[in-house]
Amino acid sequence: MSRFKTKFSAQAVLQALAAPALALLAAFVLSSVVIAMTGKDPFHAFFVMIDFGSKSDSQVWIINKAIPYYLSAAAVAIGFRMNLFNIGVDGQYRVAAFFAAVVGGALALPGALQIPVIILVAMAVGALWAGIAGVLKTTRGVSEVITTIMLNSIAGSLIGYFLAEDKLAVKDGNLFHTPEIPASSHFFLIPTTPDPIYGTLIIAVLIGLAYWFVLGRTRFGFDLRAVGRSESAASASGVSVRRMVVTSMLLSGAVAGLVGMPTLLNKSFSYGTDFPTGVGFTGIAIALLGRNHPIGMALAALLWGFLERTGLQLEFEGYAQEIVGVMQGIIVLCVVIAYEIVRRVVLRRQQSAVGAQLSARGADGGEGEGDDNGPGERDQDGKSAPSTQAKKAGTTA
Amino acid sequence: MRRVTKLAAAVTATAALALTATACGESSTESGGKKNKGVGLAFDVGGRDDHSFNEAAARGTDKAEKELGVKTKEMTAGNNETEETREQRLSSLAKAGYNPVIGVGFNYGKSVNKVAKEFPDTTFGVVDEQSHAKNVVGMTFAENEASYLVGVAAAKKTKTNKVSFIGGVDNALIQKFEAGFVKGVKDTNPKAKVEVDYLYKESDKGFNDPARAKNMAKGMLARGNDVIYTAAGQSGAGSIEEVSKKKGAWAIGVDSDQYRQKGLEKYKDAILTSSVKNVDVAVYELIKSVKDGKPLKGNQTFSLKEKGVSVATSGGFIDDIKGDIDKATEDITSGKVKVPAKP
Repeated sequence: MSRFKTKFSAQAVLQALAAPALALLAAFVLSSVVIAMTGKDPFHAFFVMIDFGSKSDSQVWIINKAIPYYLSAAAVAIGFRMNLFNIGVDGQYRVAAFFAAVVGGALALPGALQIPVIILVAMAVGALWAGIAGVLKTTRGVSEVITTIMLNSIAGSLIGYFLAEDKLAVKDGNLFHTPEIPASSHFFLIPTTPDPIYGTLIIAVLIGLAYWFVLGRTRFGFDLRAVGRSESAASASGVSVRRMVVTSMLLSGAVAGLVGMPTLLNKSFSYGTDFPTGVGFTGIAIALLGRNHPIGMALAALLWGFLERTGLQLEFEGYAQEIVGVMQGIIVLCVVIAYEIVRRVVLRRQQSAVGAQLSARGADGGEGEGDDNGPGERDQDGKSAPSTQAKKAGTTA
Repeated sequence: MRRVTKLAAAVTATAALALTATACGESSTESGGKKNKGVGLAFDVGGRDDHSFNEAAARGTDKAEKELGVKTKEMTAGNNETEETREQRLSSLAKAGYNPVIGVGFNYGKSVNKVAKEFPDTTFGVVDEQSHAKNVVGMTFAENEASYLVGVAAAKKTKTNKVSFIGGVDNALIQKFEAGFVKGVKDTNPKAKVEVDYLYKESDKGFNDPARAKNMAKGMLARGNDVIYTAAGQSGAGSIEEVSKKKGAWAIGVDSDQYRQKGLEKYKDAILTSSVKNVDVAVYELIKSVKDGKPLKGNQTFSLKEKGVSVATSGGFIDDIKGDIDKATEDITSGKVKVPAKP
């Protein structure tokens, strides 16, 4: 009950809302300025975005687009939570989707069997690819930032090598792609009108739940976050840092392996030269924007989809094509900066509050020991709030 | 058990939310105009001003604007784009009443053929890809034949017996350029070596990364290559710039007559010739046919025979070897020489 109280006290709610509100406002103002500078009417732009973005086909489009973004963000966030910067999600999901597509195109099992096989292959390959970076970090001390970036490049070349007619691909016009996955192994669609929503939405929801549960509610998640905040403290309390690094890289890679599944199992049914690239980098922005929070990242992924959907319409209305990219950048920067500002303001206010309490207590001479309930509770609140803030800021910095 | 319930609730809620939202929202397709507004042109990455492939298509619409009085709406693809985005671009053009809607580049192959089925009264065109739908016109070119001819020119002009090819992306289309060029060089000068490299294995960035092309050209020049043929859209500008810095080295342009491109004026004295793909003619013909009420249908092939591809002579740098070029042209059109489409 007191936990609930602490979590939802007016001050805490205000603090929680202050940063996103500040960020949105700043992003709105800055975007307007940028649009105005290109000589266009910013308000009409926002009107177009909201009007077009709320259309039913736009909603479906946005949700479908957000699925891989969310998975990608979750993969990045797993690393973030323990201070690992997995920039390699991009390479991981592409290698994973490629080999999953190869396996899927070669087998002809019943769908109920083949779909899990394809998904498991993707997760295994993604984990393996990310695991290389994890092992290199623990055995040779190589920064995962460097290795994962390089592995992205290697992933591209590896796929390029196999994606040739005499290797694992077939030629279709000007495209090379892996043999198509049989229709029985296509993932189901949620029959909405006018267009269907990808059934792989369920994978994203499951990953969101698992992310929340494993990281927030298990011993493993606690260890992982502990390592993220202080390796020395974690290892002093008996956590094997090496094992945690490798395990979390493997987990991050396994989730990254799922990023290509919505496209593969619901849309393209093969991995071709036109398979989407760059989703791994989008995931970094979305994880930052969603503050590594399972719901925050979902909102961020939807926002990203919304911006991309409406960006095209803006171009159609004569606005510069790059406006949406600029907006995306502004939003991420605003969020990071706003959270930092709010964190500092809150910290300062709490420090002065605690200082005032201490000096008051010093003056009273320990008299208030018994009826400490009111200020004591606030004290606790004060301690827990900045520490969670600091933790979050630490992982995203 | 609790988790399962929660999960089921979450899934149902999401689905229900989407369904309700859908039920009360208007689809954007319902609010489009029906009047024909002119030509909808969707560019590939690099955009209108790539001095090369897209610009060739733009010349076609410019001509149509002038001569047929039609209006054009242009949109451009971004990097790392997905099918969804391309489909949306094409359908918003069709929805708004543009006819024909033309996708420039093979990237639009799938999306044009898909979106066309939703707009049966609109004529769609796609450059570099085949038609798979009734109202789609596929416009393909014999790039290998024009590349063969510039290969002949390169073999005749090289002093070091080393020439090179830079492709934007290692895909089937660009391999066609490579195959033709290599054969042209080898048939003319068996001693000449051709260094072949691609900017990217699989990313469309290859068509708008002039910096990378510049670096690659630098390396090739340093290794003694003195003629560089770049088939990489906008990236080509980078390699042409680099070649222009080295005396005696030649650049070969692609798709448009790059000697005549305003944006490349500074380097034009280094542009030996270009393998021209008359995308403008194809685009213009398509627009005209729609305007006349007799839209073209199916696949249209543009080869050397139909003058769908050609070799640029601007600048007069290849006037001295005109005889060789003409003979090679003759050999190809008569079928005496078969130019491969794959390396």
